[in-house]
Amino acid sequence: MSAPAVPGRGPMESLRQIGRAGLFLVKVISRMRFTRLQLAETLRQIYFAGVRSLVIIVTCGFFVGLVLTLQSYDALARFGAADATSTLLSLSLFRELGPVLTAILFAGRAGTSITAEIGLMRATEQLDALDLMAIDPLERIVQPRLIAGIIAVPALVLIFNVTALLGGVVYAVFLMGTDSLVFWGNIQSSVELGRDFGHGMLKSVIFGLIAAWLAVFYGWTARPTGEGVALATTQTVIATAIVVLFVDFVLSALML
Amino acid sequence: MVDSKAPNAAVALRDVTVRLGGRTILENFSLEIPAGQVTAVMGPSGAGKTTVMRLITRQIRPDAGQVLVGETRVDTLKGRALGRFRRNLGVLLQNGALFTDLTCFDNVALPLREHTDLPETLIRRLVLIKLQAVGLRGAAEMYPRELSGGMNRRIAMARAMALDPDIMLYDEPFAGLDPISLGVSLRLIREVNDVQDTTSVVITHDVDEVARLADHCFIISDRSLIASGTPEELAASDHELVRQFMRGHPDGPVAFHYPAPDIASDMLGRGAQ
Repeated sequence: MSAPAVPGRGPMESLRQIGRAGLFLVKVISRMRFTRLQLAETLRQIYFAGVRSLVIIVTCGFFVGLVLTLQSYDALARFGAADATSTLLSLSLFRELGPVLTAILFAGRAGTSITAEIGLMRATEQLDALDLMAIDPLERIVQPRLIAGIIAVPALVLIFNVTALLGGVVYAVFLMGTDSLVFWGNIQSSVELGRDFGHGMLKSVIFGLIAAWLAVFYGWTARPTGEGVALATTQTVIATAIVVLFVDFVLSALML
Repeated sequence: MVDSKAPNAAVALRDVTVRLGGRTILENFSLEIPAGQVTAVMGPSGAGKTTVMRLITRQIRPDAGQVLVGETRVDTLKGRALGRFRRNLGVLLQNGALFTDLTCFDNVALPLREHTDLPETLIRRLVLIKLQAVGLRGAAEMYPRELSGGMNRRIAMARAMALDPDIMLYDEPFAGLDPISLGVSLRLIREVNDVQDTTSVVITHDVDEVARLADHCFIISDRSLIASGTPEELAASDHELVRQFMRGHPDGPVAFHYPAPDIASDMLGRGAQ
Protein backbone atom coordinates (compact mmCIF):
# COMPACT_ATOMS: atom_id res chain seq x y z
CA MET A 1 0.00 0.00 0.00
CA SER A 2 1.48 3.30 -1.01
CA ALA A 3 1.85 6.31 1.21
CA PRO A 4 -1.02 8.74 1.60
CA ALA A 5 -1.10 11.89 -0.48
CA VAL A 6 0.39 14.98 1.05
CA PRO A 7 -1.73 18.09 0.62
CA GLY A 8 -0.31 20.23 -2.17
CA ARG A 9 0.96 17.37 -4.31
CA GLY A 10 -1.44 18.24 -7.07
CA PRO A 11 -4.69 17.06 -8.60
CA MET A 12 -3.28 13.86 -10.13
CA GLU A 13 -2.08 12.60 -6.77
CA SER A 14 -5.46 13.48 -5.24
CA LEU A 15 -7.22 11.52 -7.98
CA ARG A 16 -4.92 8.55 -7.37
CA GLN A 17 -5.68 8.78 -3.68
CA ILE A 18 -9.43 8.72 -4.34
CA GLY A 19 -8.90 5.65 -6.52
CA ARG A 20 -6.85 3.92 -3.84
CA ALA A 21 -9.45 4.72 -1.19
CA GLY A 22 -12.21 3.35 -3.46
CA LEU A 23 -10.31 0.13 -4.15
CA PHE A 24 -9.60 -0.23 -0.45
CA LEU A 25 -13.33 0.00 0.36
CA VAL A 26 -14.17 -2.58 -2.31
CA LYS A 27 -11.50 -4.90 -0.89
CA VAL A 28 -12.82 -4.54 2.66
CA ILE A 29 -16.43 -5.17 1.61
CA SER A 30 -15.48 -8.16 -0.55
CA ARG A 31 -13.67 -9.78 2.39
CA MET A 32 -16.39 -9.17 4.98
CA ARG A 33 -17.13 -12.14 7.18
CA PHE A 34 -19.67 -12.32 9.95
CA THR A 35 -18.73 -14.57 12.85
CA ARG A 36 -19.36 -14.51 16.58
CA LEU A 37 -15.89 -13.01 17.16
CA GLN A 38 -16.53 -10.34 14.53
CA LEU A 39 -19.84 -9.43 16.15
CA ALA A 40 -18.20 -9.09 19.57
CA GLU A 41 -15.45 -6.89 18.13
CA THR A 42 -17.99 -4.75 16.24
CA LEU A 43 -19.96 -4.16 19.46
CA ARG A 44 -16.74 -3.18 21.20
CA GLN A 45 -15.96 -0.70 18.43
CA ILE A 46 -19.48 0.74 18.56
CA TYR A 47 -18.80 1.42 22.23
CA PHE A 48 -15.41 3.05 21.52
CA ALA A 49 -16.54 5.06 18.50
CA GLY A 50 -20.11 5.78 19.54
CA VAL A 51 -20.55 5.79 23.29
CA ARG A 52 -17.29 7.60 23.89
CA SER A 53 -18.30 10.34 21.42
CA LEU A 54 -21.43 11.11 23.43
CA VAL A 55 -19.94 13.93 25.51
CA ILE A 56 -18.83 15.97 22.50
CA ILE A 57 -22.04 15.23 20.58
CA VAL A 58 -24.34 16.19 23.46
CA THR A 59 -22.35 19.32 24.32
CA CYS A 60 -22.04 20.54 20.74
CA GLY A 61 -25.64 19.61 19.94
CA PHE A 62 -26.94 21.64 22.87
CA PHE A 63 -24.94 24.75 21.99
CA VAL A 64 -25.69 24.50 18.25
CA GLY A 65 -29.41 24.40 19.11
CA LEU A 66 -29.01 27.30 21.51
CA VAL A 67 -27.12 29.53 19.06
CA LEU A 68 -29.26 28.61 16.06
CA THR A 69 -32.41 29.46 18.01
CA LEU A 70 -30.90 32.71 19.28
CA GLN A 71 -29.99 33.87 15.76
CA SER A 72 -33.17 32.70 14.03
CA TYR A 73 -35.45 34.02 16.81
CA ASP A 74 -33.85 37.44 16.50
CA ALA A 75 -34.17 37.49 12.68
CA LEU A 76 -37.71 36.07 12.56
CA ALA A 77 -38.95 38.36 15.34
CA ARG A 78 -38.23 41.36 13.05
CA PHE A 79 -40.88 40.02 10.68
CA GLY A 80 -43.25 39.03 13.45
CA ALA A 81 -42.61 35.34 12.82
CA ALA A 82 -40.81 34.38 16.02
CA ASP A 83 -43.13 31.40 16.46
CA ALA A 84 -41.62 29.87 13.32
CA THR A 85 -38.27 29.54 15.09
CA SER A 86 -38.85 25.91 16.03
CA THR A 87 -39.81 25.08 12.42
CA LEU A 88 -36.57 26.60 11.12
CA LEU A 89 -34.56 24.93 13.86
CA SER A 90 -36.00 21.46 13.37
CA LEU A 91 -35.83 21.49 9.58
CA SER A 92 -32.21 22.76 9.64
CA LEU A 93 -31.28 20.09 12.14
CA PHE A 94 -33.06 17.13 10.64
CA ARG A 95 -32.17 17.88 7.02
CA GLU A 96 -28.65 19.28 7.22
CA LEU A 97 -26.96 20.29 10.43
CA GLY A 98 -27.55 17.13 12.43
CA PRO A 99 -26.01 14.68 9.93
CA VAL A 100 -23.25 17.03 8.70
CA LEU A 101 -22.04 18.34 12.06
CA THR A 102 -22.27 14.92 13.73
CA ALA A 103 -20.19 13.33 10.94
CA ILE A 104 -17.52 16.04 11.23
CA LEU A 105 -17.48 15.79 15.04
CA PHE A 106 -17.31 11.99 14.74
CA ALA A 107 -14.30 12.36 12.43
CA GLY A 108 -12.61 14.63 14.97
CA ARG A 109 -13.31 12.41 17.96
CA ALA A 110 -13.55 8.80 16.78
CA GLY A 111 -12.13 9.00 13.23
CA THR A 112 -8.78 10.37 14.34
CA SER A 113 -8.64 7.76 17.09
CA ILE A 114 -9.32 4.95 14.59
CA THR A 115 -6.69 6.31 12.18
CA ALA A 116 -4.06 6.67 14.89
CA GLU A 117 -4.84 3.22 16.31
CA ILE A 118 -4.51 1.44 12.96
CA GLY A 119 -1.44 3.50 12.01
CA LEU A 120 0.25 2.60 15.29
CA MET A 121 -0.76 -1.04 14.87
CA ARG A 122 1.15 -1.02 11.59
CA ALA A 123 4.13 0.78 13.16
CA THR A 124 4.31 -1.75 16.01
CA GLU A 125 3.92 -4.74 13.66
CA GLN A 126 0.53 -5.74 15.12
CA LEU A 127 -0.98 -5.92 11.63
CA ASP A 128 1.95 -8.08 10.47
CA ALA A 129 1.44 -10.31 13.51
CA LEU A 130 -2.22 -10.84 12.56
CA ASP A 131 -1.25 -11.63 9.00
CA LEU A 132 1.35 -14.13 10.21
CA MET A 133 -1.25 -15.81 12.43
CA ALA A 134 -3.40 -16.30 9.31
CA ILE A 135 -5.90 -13.74 10.58
CA ASP A 136 -6.89 -11.21 7.92
CA PRO A 137 -6.29 -7.72 9.40
CA LEU A 138 -8.86 -6.24 7.01
CA GLU A 139 -11.42 -8.60 8.44
CA ARG A 140 -10.33 -8.41 12.05
CA ILE A 141 -9.36 -4.72 12.39
CA VAL A 142 -10.90 -2.73 9.54
CA GLN A 143 -14.31 -4.38 9.10
CA PRO A 144 -15.56 -3.93 12.71
CA ARG A 145 -14.52 -0.26 12.73
CA LEU A 146 -16.21 0.39 9.40
CA ILE A 147 -19.48 -1.22 10.50
CA ALA A 148 -19.27 0.52 13.88
CA GLY A 149 -19.11 3.91 12.11
CA ILE A 150 -22.13 3.09 9.95
CA ILE A 151 -24.14 2.18 13.06
CA ALA A 152 -22.78 4.79 15.48
CA VAL A 153 -23.16 7.93 13.35
CA PRO A 154 -26.96 7.64 12.77
CA ALA A 155 -27.41 6.97 16.51
CA LEU A 156 -25.27 9.99 17.33
CA VAL A 157 -27.24 12.10 14.83
CA LEU A 158 -30.45 11.26 16.70
CA ILE A 159 -28.86 12.28 19.99
CA PHE A 160 -27.40 15.44 18.44
CA ASN A 161 -30.82 16.45 17.09
CA VAL A 162 -32.57 15.82 20.41
CA THR A 163 -30.03 17.82 22.43
CA ALA A 164 -30.05 20.64 19.85
CA LEU A 165 -33.83 20.81 20.14
CA LEU A 166 -33.43 20.96 23.92
CA GLY A 167 -31.01 23.86 23.42
CA GLY A 168 -33.71 25.52 21.31
CA VAL A 169 -36.30 24.93 24.04
CA VAL A 170 -34.01 26.50 26.63
CA TYR A 171 -33.65 29.71 24.59
CA ALA A 172 -37.08 30.02 22.93
CA VAL A 173 -39.31 28.68 25.70
CA PHE A 174 -37.47 29.36 28.95
CA LEU A 175 -35.62 32.57 28.06
CA MET A 176 -37.85 34.23 25.43
CA GLY A 177 -41.17 32.98 26.68
CA THR A 178 -42.46 31.17 23.58
CA ASP A 179 -45.35 28.88 24.41
CA SER A 180 -44.01 25.33 24.58
CA LEU A 181 -47.14 23.99 22.85
CA VAL A 182 -46.52 26.37 19.94
CA PHE A 183 -42.83 25.37 19.86
CA TRP A 184 -43.50 21.62 19.68
CA GLY A 185 -46.70 22.00 17.66
CA ASN A 186 -44.91 23.85 14.86
CA ILE A 187 -42.29 21.10 14.71
CA GLN A 188 -44.98 18.43 14.56
CA SER A 189 -46.87 20.17 11.78
CA SER A 190 -43.90 21.17 9.63
CA VAL A 191 -41.53 18.19 9.82
CA GLU A 192 -42.42 15.31 7.48
CA LEU A 193 -41.26 11.95 8.74
CA GLY A 194 -40.06 10.60 5.40
CA ARG A 195 -39.00 13.72 3.55
CA ASP A 196 -37.23 15.59 6.36
CA PHE A 197 -36.41 13.13 9.11
CA GLY A 198 -35.99 10.08 6.86
CA HIS A 199 -33.73 11.82 4.35
CA GLY A 200 -31.62 13.15 7.21
CA MET A 201 -31.23 9.67 8.64
CA LEU A 202 -30.33 8.28 5.22
CA LYS A 203 -27.66 10.97 4.97
CA SER A 204 -26.35 10.06 8.40
CA VAL A 205 -25.86 6.41 7.35
CA ILE A 206 -23.94 7.56 4.25
CA PHE A 207 -21.87 10.04 6.27
CA GLY A 208 -21.15 7.34 8.84
CA LEU A 209 -19.80 5.14 6.07
CA ILE A 210 -17.69 8.02 4.70
CA ALA A 211 -16.27 9.00 8.10
CA ALA A 212 -15.41 5.41 9.08
CA TRP A 213 -14.11 4.52 5.61
CA LEU A 214 -11.72 7.49 5.47
CA ALA A 215 -10.58 6.89 9.06
CA VAL A 216 -9.66 3.25 8.41
CA PHE A 217 -8.17 4.07 5.00
CA TYR A 218 -5.82 6.76 6.29
CA GLY A 219 -4.85 4.56 9.24
CA TRP A 220 -4.17 1.61 6.96
CA THR A 221 -2.02 3.64 4.57
CA ALA A 222 -0.24 5.74 7.22
CA ARG A 223 3.54 5.66 7.10
CA PRO A 224 4.67 3.64 10.14
CA THR A 225 6.33 6.60 11.87
CA GLY A 226 5.22 9.20 14.39
CA GLU A 227 5.14 11.82 11.65
CA GLY A 228 3.23 9.50 9.31
CA VAL A 229 0.53 8.75 11.88
CA ALA A 230 0.20 12.46 12.79
CA LEU A 231 -0.23 13.34 9.11
CA ALA A 232 -2.78 10.57 8.62
CA THR A 233 -4.96 11.71 11.51
CA THR A 234 -4.97 15.27 10.16
CA GLN A 235 -5.89 13.99 6.71
CA THR A 236 -8.78 12.01 8.17
CA VAL A 237 -10.43 15.13 9.57
CA ILE A 238 -9.76 17.28 6.49
CA ALA A 239 -10.85 14.64 3.98
CA THR A 240 -13.98 13.71 5.97
CA ALA A 241 -15.07 17.34 6.29
CA ILE A 242 -14.60 17.99 2.55
CA VAL A 243 -16.20 14.74 1.35
CA VAL A 244 -19.14 15.00 3.77
CA LEU A 245 -19.90 18.59 2.74
CA PHE A 246 -19.62 17.72 -0.96
CA VAL A 247 -21.78 14.59 -0.67
CA ASP A 248 -24.27 16.53 1.46
CA PHE A 249 -24.72 19.03 -1.36
CA VAL A 250 -25.23 16.26 -3.92
CA LEU A 251 -27.68 14.36 -1.71
CA SER A 252 -29.61 17.52 -0.82
CA ALA A 253 -29.96 18.38 -4.51
CA LEU A 254 -31.18 14.85 -5.27
CA MET A 255 -33.58 14.69 -2.34
CA LEU A 256 -35.31 18.03 -2.83
CA MET B 1 31.84 -22.73 -1.82
CA VAL B 2 29.72 -22.52 1.34
CA ASP B 3 27.76 -25.66 2.22
CA SER B 4 24.13 -24.54 2.22
CA LYS B 5 22.58 -28.03 2.16
CA ALA B 6 21.09 -29.94 5.08
CA PRO B 7 20.40 -33.71 5.05
CA ASN B 8 16.76 -33.36 6.15
CA ALA B 9 15.81 -29.78 5.39
CA ALA B 10 12.70 -28.26 6.96
CA VAL B 11 13.13 -25.04 5.00
CA ALA B 12 14.94 -24.54 1.71
CA LEU B 13 15.66 -21.42 -0.31
CA ARG B 14 16.88 -22.26 -3.80
CA ASP B 15 18.61 -19.73 -6.07
CA VAL B 16 16.52 -16.94 -4.62
CA THR B 17 16.88 -13.36 -5.83
CA VAL B 18 15.07 -10.53 -4.06
CA ARG B 19 15.00 -6.91 -5.20
CA LEU B 20 13.32 -4.29 -3.04
CA GLY B 21 13.06 -0.61 -3.92
CA GLY B 22 15.50 -0.98 -6.81
CA ARG B 23 18.13 -2.61 -4.57
CA THR B 24 19.17 -6.25 -4.79
CA ILE B 25 18.91 -7.73 -1.29
CA LEU B 26 19.66 -11.38 -2.10
CA GLU B 27 21.09 -12.80 -5.32
CA ASN B 28 21.08 -16.48 -6.34
CA PHE B 29 20.82 -17.24 -2.65
CA SER B 30 20.48 -20.84 -1.45
CA LEU B 31 20.02 -22.13 2.08
CA GLU B 32 18.71 -25.30 3.71
CA ILE B 33 17.62 -25.25 7.34
CA PRO B 34 17.81 -28.66 9.06
CA ALA B 35 14.67 -30.03 10.72
CA GLY B 36 14.45 -30.29 14.50
CA GLN B 37 17.39 -28.00 15.20
CA VAL B 38 17.93 -24.42 16.32
CA THR B 39 19.42 -22.60 13.33
CA ALA B 40 20.71 -19.06 13.51
CA VAL B 41 20.74 -16.79 10.48
CA MET B 42 23.26 -14.05 11.18
CA GLY B 43 24.89 -11.19 9.39
CA PRO B 44 25.66 -7.49 9.62
CA SER B 45 22.78 -5.01 9.70
CA GLY B 46 21.14 -4.68 6.30
CA ALA B 47 22.60 -7.97 5.05
CA GLY B 48 19.18 -9.48 4.33
CA LYS B 49 18.48 -11.60 7.44
CA THR B 50 14.95 -10.31 7.90
CA THR B 51 14.37 -10.72 4.16
CA VAL B 52 15.11 -14.43 4.60
CA MET B 53 12.47 -14.58 7.34
CA ARG B 54 9.95 -12.67 5.25
CA LEU B 55 10.55 -15.12 2.40
CA ILE B 56 9.87 -18.10 4.67
CA THR B 57 6.67 -16.53 6.02
CA ARG B 58 5.65 -15.47 2.45
CA GLN B 59 5.35 -11.84 3.45
CA ILE B 60 7.35 -11.19 0.28
CA ARG B 61 7.86 -13.22 -2.90
CA PRO B 62 11.26 -13.73 -4.49
CA ASP B 63 11.91 -12.21 -7.91
CA ALA B 64 13.52 -15.52 -8.86
CA GLY B 65 14.04 -18.90 -7.23
CA GLN B 66 12.00 -21.10 -4.91
CA VAL B 67 11.16 -21.15 -1.21
CA LEU B 68 10.17 -24.53 0.21
CA VAL B 69 8.92 -25.36 3.69
CA GLY B 70 8.77 -29.13 3.92
CA GLU B 71 7.21 -30.16 0.63
CA THR B 72 5.26 -26.91 0.25
CA ARG B 73 6.32 -24.37 -2.35
CA VAL B 74 5.73 -21.27 -0.22
CA ASP B 75 6.48 -18.57 -2.78
CA THR B 76 3.45 -19.53 -4.89
CA LEU B 77 0.98 -19.75 -2.00
CA LYS B 78 -1.94 -17.38 -1.71
CA GLY B 79 -5.43 -17.14 -0.27
CA ARG B 80 -6.63 -20.00 1.90
CA ALA B 81 -3.61 -22.17 1.16
CA LEU B 82 -1.38 -19.42 2.55
CA GLY B 83 -3.60 -19.19 5.63
CA ARG B 84 -3.35 -22.96 6.22
CA PHE B 85 0.43 -22.78 5.83
CA ARG B 86 0.78 -19.90 8.29
CA ARG B 87 -1.23 -21.72 10.96
CA ASN B 88 1.65 -24.14 11.11
CA LEU B 89 4.17 -21.37 11.60
CA GLY B 90 4.99 -19.55 14.85
CA VAL B 91 6.59 -16.15 14.43
CA LEU B 92 8.02 -13.99 17.19
CA LEU B 93 8.44 -10.47 15.83
CA GLN B 94 11.14 -8.16 17.10
CA ASN B 95 9.06 -6.16 19.59
CA GLY B 96 6.53 -8.90 20.32
CA ALA B 97 3.70 -7.11 18.48
CA LEU B 98 1.16 -7.93 21.18
CA PHE B 99 -2.29 -6.37 20.89
CA THR B 100 -2.28 -3.61 23.45
CA ASP B 101 -6.06 -3.58 23.88
CA LEU B 102 -6.14 -7.27 24.86
CA THR B 103 -4.95 -8.90 28.07
CA CYS B 104 -2.04 -11.32 27.91
CA PHE B 105 -4.53 -14.18 28.19
CA ASP B 106 -6.60 -12.90 25.26
CA ASN B 107 -3.45 -12.31 23.19
CA VAL B 108 -2.45 -15.96 23.56
CA ALA B 109 -6.04 -17.16 23.11
CA LEU B 110 -6.50 -15.18 19.87
CA PRO B 111 -5.12 -17.78 17.39
CA LEU B 112 -6.95 -20.58 19.23
CA ARG B 113 -10.26 -18.72 19.09
CA GLU B 114 -9.76 -17.80 15.43
CA HIS B 115 -8.62 -21.15 14.10
CA THR B 116 -10.22 -23.80 16.30
CA ASP B 117 -13.71 -24.69 17.47
CA LEU B 118 -12.49 -25.62 20.94
CA PRO B 119 -14.77 -24.78 23.87
CA GLU B 120 -13.74 -21.82 25.99
CA THR B 121 -12.89 -24.05 28.98
CA LEU B 122 -10.36 -25.98 26.89
CA ILE B 123 -8.95 -22.79 25.38
CA ARG B 124 -8.47 -21.48 28.91
CA ARG B 125 -6.49 -24.57 29.89
CA LEU B 126 -4.33 -24.45 26.77
CA VAL B 127 -3.58 -20.75 27.23
CA LEU B 128 -2.65 -21.27 30.88
CA ILE B 129 -0.32 -24.14 29.88
CA LYS B 130 1.43 -21.87 27.33
CA LEU B 131 1.68 -19.03 29.84
CA GLN B 132 3.04 -21.44 32.45
CA ALA B 133 5.69 -22.55 29.94
CA VAL B 134 6.94 -18.97 29.58
CA GLY B 135 6.65 -18.36 33.33
CA LEU B 136 3.91 -15.74 33.09
CA ARG B 137 0.72 -17.53 34.11
CA GLY B 138 0.44 -15.02 36.93
CA ALA B 139 0.30 -12.17 34.41
CA ALA B 140 -2.60 -13.66 32.42
CA GLU B 141 -5.05 -10.88 33.23
CA MET B 142 -2.53 -8.05 32.85
CA TYR B 143 -2.21 -5.86 29.77
CA PRO B 144 1.04 -5.74 27.75
CA ARG B 145 1.64 -2.13 28.86
CA GLU B 146 1.89 -3.35 32.46
CA LEU B 147 4.78 -5.70 31.66
CA SER B 148 8.43 -5.18 30.74
CA GLY B 149 9.72 -5.56 27.18
CA GLY B 150 11.25 -8.95 27.98
CA MET B 151 7.98 -10.20 29.51
CA ASN B 152 6.05 -8.96 26.48
CA ARG B 153 8.29 -11.04 24.26
CA ARG B 154 7.67 -14.10 26.40
CA ILE B 155 3.91 -13.56 26.09
CA ALA B 156 4.39 -13.16 22.34
CA MET B 157 6.33 -16.43 22.34
CA ALA B 158 3.43 -18.14 24.14
CA ARG B 159 1.10 -16.74 21.46
CA ALA B 160 3.41 -17.89 18.65
CA MET B 161 3.38 -21.46 19.96
CA ALA B 162 -0.34 -21.50 20.81
CA LEU B 163 -1.19 -23.72 17.84
CA ASP B 164 1.90 -25.94 18.36
CA PRO B 165 3.55 -25.02 15.05
CA ASP B 166 6.16 -27.18 13.32
CA ILE B 167 8.42 -24.21 12.66
CA MET B 168 9.20 -21.32 15.00
CA LEU B 169 10.80 -18.15 13.63
CA TYR B 170 12.37 -15.60 15.95
CA ASP B 171 13.25 -12.13 14.63
CA GLU B 172 16.00 -10.56 16.76
CA PRO B 173 14.74 -12.21 19.97
CA PHE B 174 17.63 -10.93 22.11
CA ALA B 175 17.64 -7.24 21.13
CA GLY B 176 17.48 -4.94 24.14
CA LEU B 177 17.06 -7.66 26.78
CA ASP B 178 18.66 -7.50 30.22
CA PRO B 179 20.91 -10.46 31.16
CA ILE B 180 18.18 -12.26 33.11
CA SER B 181 15.57 -11.92 30.33
CA LEU B 182 18.26 -12.96 27.87
CA GLY B 183 19.00 -16.13 29.81
CA VAL B 184 15.27 -16.90 30.08
CA SER B 185 14.79 -16.36 26.34
CA LEU B 186 17.70 -18.64 25.45
CA ARG B 187 16.33 -21.38 27.69
CA LEU B 188 12.80 -21.00 26.33
CA ILE B 189 13.84 -21.18 22.68
CA ARG B 190 15.85 -24.33 23.37
CA GLU B 191 13.05 -25.92 25.43
CA VAL B 192 10.35 -25.16 22.87
CA ASN B 193 12.56 -26.63 20.16
CA ASP B 194 13.39 -29.81 22.04
CA VAL B 195 10.16 -30.48 23.94
CA GLN B 196 7.75 -29.68 21.11
CA ASP B 197 10.07 -31.12 18.46
CA THR B 198 9.95 -28.00 16.30
CA THR B 199 12.42 -26.48 13.90
CA SER B 200 13.63 -23.11 15.15
CA VAL B 201 15.07 -20.32 13.02
CA VAL B 202 16.62 -17.43 14.90
CA ILE B 203 17.34 -14.23 12.96
CA THR B 204 19.95 -12.37 14.96
CA HIS B 205 23.31 -10.66 15.06
CA ASP B 206 24.04 -11.50 18.68
CA VAL B 207 27.08 -13.73 18.33
CA ASP B 208 27.54 -14.66 22.00
CA GLU B 209 23.91 -15.73 22.40
CA VAL B 210 24.03 -17.78 19.20
CA ALA B 211 27.13 -19.56 20.47
CA ARG B 212 25.13 -20.65 23.56
CA LEU B 213 21.97 -21.61 21.67
CA ALA B 214 22.29 -22.61 18.03
CA ASP B 215 23.02 -26.04 16.61
CA HIS B 216 23.81 -24.55 13.23
CA CYS B 217 24.57 -21.05 11.89
CA PHE B 218 24.49 -19.26 8.57
CA ILE B 219 26.15 -15.91 7.96
CA ILE B 220 24.78 -13.68 5.21
CA SER B 221 26.61 -10.73 3.76
CA ASP B 222 26.78 -8.87 0.47
CA ARG B 223 23.61 -10.52 -0.94
CA SER B 224 24.82 -14.08 -0.44
CA LEU B 225 25.68 -16.78 2.07
CA ILE B 226 29.29 -16.46 3.15
CA ALA B 227 29.57 -19.09 5.88
CA SER B 228 27.78 -22.05 7.39
CA GLY B 229 28.54 -24.37 10.30
CA THR B 230 28.32 -24.84 14.03
CA PRO B 231 29.09 -21.79 16.21
CA GLU B 232 32.47 -23.35 17.04
CA GLU B 233 33.34 -23.84 13.37
CA LEU B 234 32.42 -20.26 12.57
CA ALA B 235 34.42 -18.95 15.53
CA ALA B 236 37.47 -20.76 14.14
CA SER B 237 36.86 -19.58 10.55
CA ASP B 238 39.67 -17.77 8.77
CA HIS B 239 37.25 -16.03 6.39
CA GLU B 240 38.00 -12.33 6.85
CA LEU B 241 34.38 -11.15 7.08
CA VAL B 242 33.29 -14.07 9.30
CA ARG B 243 36.18 -13.29 11.63
CA GLN B 244 35.27 -9.60 11.76
CA PHE B 245 31.61 -10.42 12.43
CA MET B 246 32.20 -13.13 15.05
CA ARG B 247 34.75 -11.05 16.94
CA GLY B 248 33.05 -7.68 16.47
CA HIS B 249 36.06 -5.89 14.98
CA PRO B 250 35.27 -2.34 13.81
CA ASP B 251 37.72 -2.60 10.91
CA GLY B 252 37.50 -5.19 8.20
CA PRO B 253 35.53 -5.89 5.03
CA VAL B 254 32.47 -4.21 6.56
CA ALA B 255 33.44 -0.55 6.89
CA PHE B 256 32.56 1.39 10.05
CA HIS B 257 32.01 4.59 8.07
CA TYR B 258 29.20 5.11 5.59
CA PRO B 259 30.72 6.06 2.19
CA ALA B 260 31.54 9.79 2.22
CA PRO B 261 33.89 12.25 0.47
CA ASP B 262 37.36 12.81 1.88
CA ILE B 263 37.09 14.33 5.38
CA ALA B 264 39.55 17.17 4.63
CA SER B 265 37.60 18.35 1.60
CA ASP B 266 34.34 18.00 3.53
CA MET B 267 35.63 20.02 6.53
CA LEU B 268 37.47 22.70 4.58
CA GLY B 269 35.42 22.70 1.40
CA ARG B 270 32.03 24.09 0.44
CA GLY B 271 30.21 23.10 3.63
CA ALA B 272 32.73 24.93 5.87
CA GLN B 273 32.40 28.25 4.06
